[in-house]
Parts: sequence; C-alpha cells; structure tokens
Amino acid sequence: MEKESKNHIISVTNLTKKFKDNTAVDDVSFFVERGKIFGFLGPNGAGKSTTIKMLTTLLSPTSGEIMMDGKNPQVHADDVRKIFGIVFQDQSLDEELTAYENMELHGVLYRVPKELREERIKKLLTLVELYDRKKDFVKTFSGGMKRRLEIARGLLHHPKILFLDEPTIGLDPQTRNHIWDHIKELNKTEGVTVFFTTHYMEEAEKVADQICIIDHGKIISKGTPKDLMKQTKTESLEDAFIKLTGRDIREEHATAMDSLRNSRKMFRGHK
Amino acid sequence: MKTIYVLWERQLKRYYRSKVRMIASLAQPLLFLVAFGFGFGPIYNKASGGNYIDFLVPGIIAMSVLFSSTFMGIEVIWDRQFGFLKETLVAPVSRFKIMLGRTLGGATVATFQGLIVLLLSMIIGFRPKSIESVILSIFFMALIAIIFTALGTAIASQLEDMHAFQLIINFLIMPLFFLSGALFPLQGVPKFITVLSSINPLSYGVDALRGAMTGNLHFGLIFDAVVLSGVAVLFLSIGAYFFSKIEA
Repeated sequence: MEKESKNHIISVTNLTKKFKDNTAVDDVSFFVERGKIFGFLGPNGAGKSTTIKMLTTLLSPTSGEIMMDGKNPQVHADDVRKIFGIVFQDQSLDEELTAYENMELHGVLYRVPKELREERIKKLLTLVELYDRKKDFVKTFSGGMKRRLEIARGLLHHPKILFLDEPTIGLDPQTRNHIWDHIKELNKTEGVTVFFTTHYMEEAEKVADQICIIDHGKIISKGTPKDLMKQTKTESLEDAFIKLTGRDIREEHATAMDSLRNSRKMFRGHK
Repeated sequence: MKTIYVLWERQLKRYYRSKVRMIASLAQPLLFLVAFGFGFGPIYNKASGGNYIDFLVPGIIAMSVLFSSTFMGIEVIWDRQFGFLKETLVAPVSRFKIMLGRTLGGATVATFQGLIVLLLSMIIGFRPKSIESVILSIFFMALIAIIFTALGTAIASQLEDMHAFQLIINFLIMPLFFLSGALFPLQGVPKFITVLSSINPLSYGVDALRGAMTGNLHFGLIFDAVVLSGVAVLFLSIGAYFFSKIEA
C-alpha cells in the first residue's frame, strides 16, 4: 500500500465540491501514476475544471482528500504550488504586457534562472510561432495566438505535474501536433506527469496512458484508451466516450465574464 | 525579492502605457483645485485671512492619492475578470509577496500622481515651504498610497465583479475625502464631524501633507506619522489576509 501510494503522484479520495445549488464534484476517487500522461475527459459541465481548481489550490473541497506528491493542497498550498504548472482553460494573460513580458513575468514567478529563462522563452515562442511577435502587446493578438502564448508560458518551467485544461482548443492540427510532440518530449525526458482535459477524443486516444471519464460530477469509467474501447465494445475512444456519457448536449455554467453581464449579484458568498 | 519587484514593475508598466488613464485621473483634482480654489478663495480669505489655495492644495493632493491608490487596489477585480489573477494565484510564491508587490506598485503609481498634482498646483501659484518639505510630503503621500492601495486590495479580494464599484466610490471614497479636512479646517466644526474625521485615516494624511508643505497643523506631524504608519501596517495585514483567501 505504502509503495503503491508513492507511485501515485496525485491521489484523490472521496472528493466532493458543493456550490450553493449544485454538486459539481460528487464523491470522486482516482489516482494518477507518476510520469504518466493522464486524460481527464467529460462533457461540458461534468466537473473537470472544478476538480482541477481543487487540485491546484484555487478552490477548497467541501469534503474528501487530495494528495499531490504526498502533500495536501489545503494544508500546504505553497508547497503544492511548487510542484505543478498549469495552462488554464480560459485566458490568464496580461493583455497590457507584450508576449515576451508575459513569458518573462512567469519565468520570474517560477524562479527559472535568467539564462535558462531566455533560452526557453526563445525556444517556446518559436515553437508556437510567435517569436517574431514577441514585442507586441497581447491585446493585439487573435484568439488562437493568445492560446498559443498561453501554452508556451505554461511550458516555461518544468514542473513535476503539468495541468493542461483543454490546451489545444481552437488551434489548427499542425499547431496541435507541434505542441503535443513537445509535451510528450517533456514527459519522456524529464518525467513530467501530464494531467490534461480535451474534447478532441482522437487526441486523447493518441497521447494518454490513462483515461478517466467524469460525468455529472461522478467518475464513470477509467482505464487505458484500449480498456475503455474494450469495455464499451467500440472502435474508437470517441465512440466509447459517447456510449458512456450519452448523446444529450450539456450546458456549462456561466464564467466570470458571463456573470459580469448577467448577474446582479454584487457581493460574493464565500463558499 | 525579485518576485515582488516584477509585480511592482508590472503595475508601473500598465500605468505609463495607459496615457488616457493618466490624463483622466488628473482632470478631477485639477477641476477641484480650480473650482474650489478660486471659488471659495475670497470667502475663506475674508473669514480667516488665510490663503485658501495654500490650504486646499495639500487636500487635493491627498484626494488624488486616495483615488488613484484605491483604484490601483481595486484593479484586482479587473485581473480576476481578465483571468490574469489566476496566473499569480497558482504561482509558487507566497500570496503575501504577491499582494505586497502589487500594493507597492499601486502605491508608487498613486504617489507619482500626487506629485504631478503638486507640480500642476505650482503652476497656479502654490509654493511649498522648501525642498525638504517636498521630500517630507512625498513620504506622507507614499504612506497614504500604501494605506488605500491595501484597502482597495482587501475590498477587491472580496468582490467578484465591478458591480459594487459605484457603491465603493459613493459610500467609502467620497466620505473619506469629504470628512478628512481636505476642503475645510477641522477647527470649530460640529462634534459629529470631529468624531468622524478623527477615525478617518485620511485626515491624518491631509494634516501631515498640509503640515509638511505649509506648516499649518491640526494634529501634529509626529502624531500623524505614527497613526499613518500604524494604519498602513494594519491595512497591509488585512489586505494580505483577504488576498490569501481568494478562490477562483
């Protein structure tokens, strides 16, 4: 047991997160093995991002336990923040700064030494084809360019665990391939554990060692892509996914930007 | 240290790149200075024999520092809405350092705004006592700026969006300004104003600036410095506490 848990860089036990009127994550348990590429899949609003927020110290769980490389994010938030890096699902760039400045700021926050920082910034901006736009303000970038910059920034420091929340959304196949090649390389050479979500099932099928499918806040299936196809007697992960989660279309909860427009709520409840 | 520095630098970059914001935030103090200064000047002069511009300028400088610094603190809400806040919240840097970097950056900008207002007021004829008095004034502007950037940060940490913005202006900033002795002397005012102004930290800031620039004091310079420093430490602690509790 002891040995097994040491191999689990992330372990989640009976994790639950309730908001005022709904249970976003409902008694979820799973683990991620060290050095693996782990796909966390589910329809919109299934509880993926809420789970990631709890793993990354941005939200505290209602109940249950999380261990990140042996540390509890609620108790040792600062230690846990040293372990992971994340590419968020929605934008998190400073638009008033240039592409280079965004990279630089991230590098300093994550204590990447100056020379290594400069070298990696150049390499990564080249990878996402933004090196010649490095001095331009992010506010002048298109959606796809911002996404690429966001990913480049997420790869600047090499954490033990890299969270990628729908990293390749809205990117063309060429860029997606480049980026995944780079991530797989990091996984292989530096042993970075990758925890990602995506709606591109062929992408998940190609890169993931392990997959966990969540729906309505509950884990409904886990295993390798092959296991899942076998379980559901389907030919592709996409078919397996649809068989497991059904065909109805989900609505996502409003993001902060939507609630800026819609909600009249002025003060935020604490939990 | 380096992390505090880059977050400080970020606030400065955002400021000097936004010329529109810079100009907009100078318009109000200038309007107050001209309208009140020349409007009430003759009456003030008749009543007490003093020069109203000399009395008013330190108050208007305090006002511009108050407004700029509170807004710099409240910028946390913008960063939340544009997403950048998350980037700093998951960084392997203590939230206290992040809050301190932001707050010092905001306070630097607000102090600078105060200095510009001082320069503008010299164009319309205001003269501080001496160079030393200007340096002392900068010190007090910085204290006021730290207090209200920290307050703005504390408030913004508790808010999800900008809806409460008007509420903050009308029920916090405006009363702080009007009840600070920035526009009128605190001698001989009704008791309730004396009480309100004595619990208003800005009153000590206005008094200190006026004392430093013109020698006209109500509370006393050392007393002002002690009160302001105490409040600054208190508000920084409260701001840091609320900032550390932000969830995204």
